[in-house]
Amino acid sequence: MLKDIIIVGAGQGGFQVAHSLRDEGYVGRITLIGDEDSLPYQRPPLSKTYMLGKTTDDALLFRPARFYADHKIDLVRGPATAIDRTNCRIVLADGGAVSYDHLILATGAHNRALPVPGADLNGVFGLRTLFDADVIAAKLKTAKSAVVVGAGFIGLEFAAVARSLGISVHVLEMADRPMARALSRETSNFFAEAHRSRGVRLDFRQDLIRIEGSSGKITGAVKADGERIDADLLVFGIGVLPNIALAQEAGLDIQNGIKVDAHLLTCDPSISAIGDCVSFPGADGEWIRLESVQNAVDQAKTVATRLVGRAAPYDAVPWFWTDQGDLKLQIAGMSAGYDSAVTLGKREEQSFSVLLFRRNHLIAVEAINRAGDFMAARKLLGRQISPSPAEASQPGFDLRAYEVAMR
Amino acid sequence: MKVSIYDETGELVQINERAPTTLMQAIRDAGLDIVAQCGGSASCGTCHVYVNDAWCDKLKPPNESEAAMLDFVEERRENSRLSCQIELSEDIDGLTVTLAPGSLF
Repeated sequence: MLKDIIIVGAGQGGFQVAHSLRDEGYVGRITLIGDEDSLPYQRPPLSKTYMLGKTTDDALLFRPARFYADHKIDLVRGPATAIDRTNCRIVLADGGAVSYDHLILATGAHNRALPVPGADLNGVFGLRTLFDADVIAAKLKTAKSAVVVGAGFIGLEFAAVARSLGISVHVLEMADRPMARALSRETSNFFAEAHRSRGVRLDFRQDLIRIEGSSGKITGAVKADGERIDADLLVFGIGVLPNIALAQEAGLDIQNGIKVDAHLLTCDPSISAIGDCVSFPGADGEWIRLESVQNAVDQAKTVATRLVGRAAPYDAVPWFWTDQGDLKLQIAGMSAGYDSAVTLGKREEQSFSVLLFRRNHLIAVEAINRAGDFMAARKLLGRQISPSPAEASQPGFDLRAYEVAMR
Repeated sequence: MKVSIYDETGELVQINERAPTTLMQAIRDAGLDIVAQCGGSASCGTCHVYVNDAWCDKLKPPNESEAAMLDFVEERRENSRLSCQIELSEDIDGLTVTLAPGSLF
């Protein structure tokens, strides 16, 4: 019978597992250790509405302070500095230690650093934490010209925010299209056009080689082709690396993240791991690490359920969303390895869906301003029911109607 | 403005909210445990509430995104809405809703 559970990491995953444990009836101790100053909060609004001042600090919090007291979740300000597996304890920075019967690592990820001269100049920012968002939001009030390095989700969400404030925005991306890791070519290209039509300058296959400054503040950025862009603000979003140091130093298996099995258990039976920091086995035997709210939440629930005695493998359908200006993209499933695509709706109306197939099986749907297709896709993928590309290509094919018909 | 929320047991919780904010936020502030997984982006359907009949017509109707999501919420009814899409304002002072299944933790 578990009596002491420690969760290291008070982000989306850490918060969820603490909550789900109580929800599932676990009455023992829960210690939730976080290394940020605020109460646990959600990150997605930071690059969207929060940056525009439309979301308050309070609205970012998962729950107000009294929630933790009411549910007997002990919030501890970390960081944790070591896992003492022999004695089943977590060591904290102040030298104190907390014991566990079971440990859950939800340490998340950190931004890859920008490896160019000038990256330490004032006005150059990564965007991951509330602290980052506050600093950038303040800068946005006076900035005239922003450079964004990386046309991934964070970069483009930020670009849309800056553009909506009338700031000139120039995005540099090493790949040949935006959000190349996650999106089909079709959807990538649509977003490139859409951002350009809103006045964002997008430069693909372009490398940043240095940032220039004066009196310690950024004044410009220089590209590999020699062009110099004036800038008083630079935000980079070039990917994240999983926070594995604690786990690695404690001797746990690491492979692009803390390695866990299908039940999200590490090689130590008293230690589970969830969220951005974790690498887990996918359906085809490949190792996956997902960076999303859905993954953190669903993995947290899987662990909580296991710890109260109802183990089940993690097999949730991945889903994801990004809001870039007035463009809402929702993705169900994962598109890696797609070999054919069918588009429903009309690109020119900025409301369409791209159905992605592999060997005639639907593996993902990217829905742009088409929430109905997104939800239908989540249901279909969950039930492993798929139209064929031929069916989906028929005039008038309606994914929502198909999902209803297949119930 | 006052917002009244019935939870799953029929308990009534009332809260005074300062606009501008959303109904979803008011429900959170009232100490109720609403899932609202996507944090207000009309992408998950788990902030679903039933709006008391007297109030349905006083709210702005759902936009396309919300309307599409409502087709997929658990136990959809005529008076179903996504609370993250309802902006609170003085002219709906007294708004009364009930938490729907699927939105409760």
